[in-house]
Amino acid sequence: MEKEKIIELTGLTKKFKDLVAVDSLNLNVYKGDVFGFLGPNGAGKSTTIRMMLSLIKPTRGEIKLFGKSLNENRIEILRKIGAIVEKPDFYLYLSAYKNLEILGKISGTDVSEKKIMEHLELVGLEKRYKSKVKTFSHGMKQRLGLAQALLHDPELIILDEPTTGLDPQGMKEVRDLVLYLSKEKGKTVFLSSHILREVELIASRMIIINKGSAQVEGNVKDLLDSQNVSVLLEADKPDEAVNLIEASIWKGRITSRSGNEIVLTAPKETLAALNKYLVENKIEVSAFVPSRSLEEYFLKITEGEGK
Amino acid sequence: MIKLTVIELQKIFKKWRTYIGFAAIGLLTAIVQISLYFEGSKYVSMATRSFKDQFVMSGDLMNGYFIANMILNGLFVHIPFLIVLVGGDLLAGEATAGTYRMLVTRPVSRFQILAAKFLAGNIYVLSMIAWLAFTSLGVSILIFGSGEMMILSNGITILAADDILWRFAGAYMVSFISLSTIFSLSFLFSSLVENAIGPIVATMAVLVILLLLSTMEIGILKDIKPYLFPAHMGLWSNYFSDPVDYSELTKSAGILLAHTAVFFGAAACIFQKKDILS
Repeated sequence: MEKEKIIELTGLTKKFKDLVAVDSLNLNVYKGDVFGFLGPNGAGKSTTIRMMLSLIKPTRGEIKLFGKSLNENRIEILRKIGAIVEKPDFYLYLSAYKNLEILGKISGTDVSEKKIMEHLELVGLEKRYKSKVKTFSHGMKQRLGLAQALLHDPELIILDEPTTGLDPQGMKEVRDLVLYLSKEKGKTVFLSSHILREVELIASRMIIINKGSAQVEGNVKDLLDSQNVSVLLEADKPDEAVNLIEASIWKGRITSRSGNEIVLTAPKETLAALNKYLVENKIEVSAFVPSRSLEEYFLKITEGEGK
Repeated sequence: MIKLTVIELQKIFKKWRTYIGFAAIGLLTAIVQISLYFEGSKYVSMATRSFKDQFVMSGDLMNGYFIANMILNGLFVHIPFLIVLVGGDLLAGEATAGTYRMLVTRPVSRFQILAAKFLAGNIYVLSMIAWLAFTSLGVSILIFGSGEMMILSNGITILAADDILWRFAGAYMVSFISLSTIFSLSFLFSSLVENAIGPIVATMAVLVILLLLSTMEIGILKDIKPYLFPAHMGLWSNYFSDPVDYSELTKSAGILLAHTAVFFGAAACIFQKKDILS
């Protein structure tokens, strides 16, 4: 049985005069997914999220959320969504508590003191509930952003760069929170982030967009497994090693060379054979570092950006 | 809708800039009252100098009613400048602060958001008028007492003491109509931009230009003037003529309300279609 589609974007396009910010984007997010939405700066991530939240109107294309057209069911759909769009901005002259109370009331949710305090506790701001938001650091506002996104118990959580401005511990807490929401609470999470390692750690599915259009979409695991692995090796005789590689099944796979270091890409299953091949041919390999992170993949997909 | 309006009111009254208008009105009325407390007789004597040959003035014309009317006369052109400090900030302020994103992604229609802000803004305008009534009329009666009221406009009119309070009530009520029009204009400008300074300055500029045009009796301006809203902002003064010219009052109120409706309608159209990019 096919899983329920929570987000369905079809041919989504947004133009700002001559600039095509999002170009015929198609994507599907299923119930329970933690969906990584990746792309370099200016790729169109935030514009896409803004269209999904009805902040801006698409030039073309259709947005369906929970199986319904956003255009025709905006209020019903927004009731089921909690979001942080870019940086979390609040009413600076109001306290953290009052901000949550106001946003909760507008969302039509129960805004009992207990519930607000629970959410402030969830993001570690319970001791600062009376403080005006203008006294908060960026990281604290980010945490408050998470609290407001979760306050009305939404089914879909859209987080646009949620770890920006957080310290490493804060980043880990957000990661843990997203995994908790997905695994324990069954929420669907749509997460855009430029910290690719984080997406790799928490996303089940992902899309990479560049210059407004999709480059690749699928399961994080499948996409990584299907790719060549980047290997950095350090050899005592690098010229000889390069000649050997070019005379083998790995011909044409060297991507860079610097001193004793050679970087090449190779299918994952051939790595052991490559190492063995070099050693058998009297090359001492002092380092052999395969790299399969999403970041490598991301950089590969988006290479040439800004040139 | 009520809930949204209450939230908007909370937001308005938690901002310090909201109180600039209250402080300014309080200060100005206090200055006028203090000055008249010490120099009031001299002022009345100067004001009535030209009538002294025709009338015999008896009793104390320097009373709370006279002062409240004088303050209303002096301030009705200036209060709009205080109103726009809040009106111009209502929508553009959300854009500047980035809170549009939080607000517009909630499960309420954009029109509801806009209407709640408009309503809350008008309640703020009402509260300014109530404050003006309290400081100018209430405090003046407390200090100077009540009595017959002298009106110096196209001659001299003396209103009996028991024929005055309802006129003030009417004058304050219709002041709301004219101030609401100014507020609506600043609200419209506020829906267009993402910085509150622009709408505040633009409203003031439009008001000054239209006020100047309203005073010119030349050519095409003469024909346009009756339809320019600043020409009707003084409609409250009708309540102090005897008898009250209700047809003029209704006409002015109608023109002002029509302007308010157009300004709000335009703001609604703009806000519905607006891409929130802040």
